Amino acid sequence: MHVVVCIKQVPGTTKVAINPETNTLIRDGVEAIINPFDENALEAALALKDKTPGTKVTVVCMGPPQAENALREATARGADNVVLLCDRAFAGSDTWATSYALAQGIKALEKVDIIYCGKQAIDGDTAQVGPGVAEFLGWPVITYVRKLDVEGDTVKIERVFEDGFEKIEAPLPVVVTVVKEMNVPRMASLKGRMRAKKEQIKMLTAESAKADPNEVGLKGSPTRVVKIFTPPKKTSGQKWDGIGDPIHAAKTLVGKLKEQKLV
Amino acid sequence: MALEIVSEKCSGCGLCIKACPFGALSLEMRDKVGKPHEKFKRIVMVDVSCNLCGACVPVCKFDAMKLDKGEPQKAAVTLSDYKNVWVYAEQRDGVIQDVSFELMSKGRELANQRGCELVAVLLGHNMKEKAQTLIEHGADKVLLVDHPALAQFDSDAYTDVFSELTRKHKPEMVIVGGTSVGRTFIPRVAIRVKTGLTADCTGLDIDEKEKLLLQTRPAFGGNIMATIICPNHRPQMATVRHKVFKKGKPDASRKGAVIEEVFDIKSGRSKVVEVVKEMQNEINVAEADIIVSGGRGLGGPEKFELIRELAKELGAAVGASRGAVDAGWISSFHQVGQTGKTVCPKLYIACGISGAIQHQVGMSSSGTIVAINKDPNAPIFDIADYGIVGDLNEVVPAFTKALREG
Repeated sequence: MHVVVCIKQVPGTTKVAINPETNTLIRDGVEAIINPFDENALEAALALKDKTPGTKVTVVCMGPPQAENALREATARGADNVVLLCDRAFAGSDTWATSYALAQGIKALEKVDIIYCGKQAIDGDTAQVGPGVAEFLGWPVITYVRKLDVEGDTVKIERVFEDGFEKIEAPLPVVVTVVKEMNVPRMASLKGRMRAKKEQIKMLTAESAKADPNEVGLKGSPTRVVKIFTPPKKTSGQKWDGIGDPIHAAKTLVGKLKEQKLV
Repeated sequence: MALEIVSEKCSGCGLCIKACPFGALSLEMRDKVGKPHEKFKRIVMVDVSCNLCGACVPVCKFDAMKLDKGEPQKAAVTLSDYKNVWVYAEQRDGVIQDVSFELMSKGRELANQRGCELVAVLLGHNMKEKAQTLIEHGADKVLLVDHPALAQFDSDAYTDVFSELTRKHKPEMVIVGGTSVGRTFIPRVAIRVKTGLTADCTGLDIDEKEKLLLQTRPAFGGNIMATIICPNHRPQMATVRHKVFKKGKPDASRKGAVIEEVFDIKSGRSKVVEVVKEMQNEINVAEADIIVSGGRGLGGPEKFELIRELAKELGAAVGASRGAVDAGWISSFHQVGQTGKTVCPKLYIACGISGAIQHQVGMSSSGTIVAINKDPNAPIFDIADYGIVGDLNEVVPAFTKALREG
């Protein structure tokens, strides 16, 4: 089996502070990490490899040259091959163009059986690229997967929804997007780290991925960001001391909520 | 089409780097990147994560950022062929979901502004009677596709049918609930019909001049807001989560047409073999009017009893922070926040939750926020309307008791 994991490099925290004077973002000292849900996707692929000898795991990432770090981390944890889709032509990609570029990158690989993605990235939160890649490849997609077993040519899956889960069977090849309950990502081994240092990262440009130049980057993106602003900050409200007299504080609070007809 | 740094003007001050929401700018030594200059040692470089949003341009004091958006792009389709506002009416087990009614009231506003029809699109089986309720909630027309294969969500079949309907009727805008169903098939539709889709919008407006749908959504965990347009492709598509817009009152006197569309439907490649409901007797946090949430401050799973008692008294749903879920004290179905559910109840009561930004993202748009926490400096108090500083073991039972005593 050959499985692919799509990962994105994201800022290590969403706690981007705002400089109140210039109204700009302060991102100093924010390190880049593998999107946490993609770590679960990677772990799912590596776990499958552990269980099914002969499985090969390829990790694909689209991003700037620095995204190499995320791929080396993936190698250190056990990925067999890593591919970086890196090209200025990809700049300004929205979810449409990102899905297209990733799908093109995956088409350039040998035959793939399963593609694992995280359910969404923590910087954009769109959850659109996983289903998008599936659509470009013409494959079925199962989202919010918490359990996956391969049996012959089919996968048996548990998909989480709002108030429960579904047991689903799907044929290979398939795209799945995974939730964090699926597993606990492993740490890289020392041996893995050594290997990651030397790992040759396969670079793909728009051209080498045979991507149509009109369909990538800003040019291939139907959406445009026209404005970026910081949301108005909510001012803090009334506070009571519940250490000295919890009963009085609770009564005062209930009184307030009643006044507002909230209870 | 690019962001250009004018080499002779860039002083390497780095102001633009701080302004960049995408982390696409970095400072490099000029001699390393082959851009030597006698006056400045460093220069800003742009990498591929640049989204050409332009946030950096006005910050530069040296006029060194040149944003070239290229030739104005041509419309990919004849824009004037596309008319009407569509709302996808999501049904689960034959019940139209509240989020769809919420979108109907926003959709009605948008249709009025554009002077066009509001069309509800309903996929399901034996749903004809329910279609009427969509008219009462503002639809001029309901497009109904009634087929046994659509009774339950089927990603392939829903994608096929919705894409075909879109190609046939050419809506100007499509709004879909940001549920696990909507977030699964609508991105596929957007790819297939080649148009833009903006996820989890918190604001939808019409630009009066350009007549475009202005789609505003949070990014970076709600720390910044971005307004997004889809200028040259149609339809303009957006998803919106539960409780972002208010459900309107039904008007039984409204008239409208239910139009049945007939399709030859192929069932999808994936098969649902079993559906397991795990939250049968509990209120779903995403749809609740009141939520009582517990966090790590509870100290243990047994303390969720305090939360449940208070929730019961209020008829509220039980929520939880990631900390409490990760500790295994409660199932992830209750989790509120970035990696859980986004909620917008009338009243949100946070007990023993410090209020990390990831939690705030999921609940900060609640109507009224109450925080109970022993740490007076917990960030949750910054956004709370009412707060009690104290031990939740004492405060929460006192709260429940005060409610009981009326």
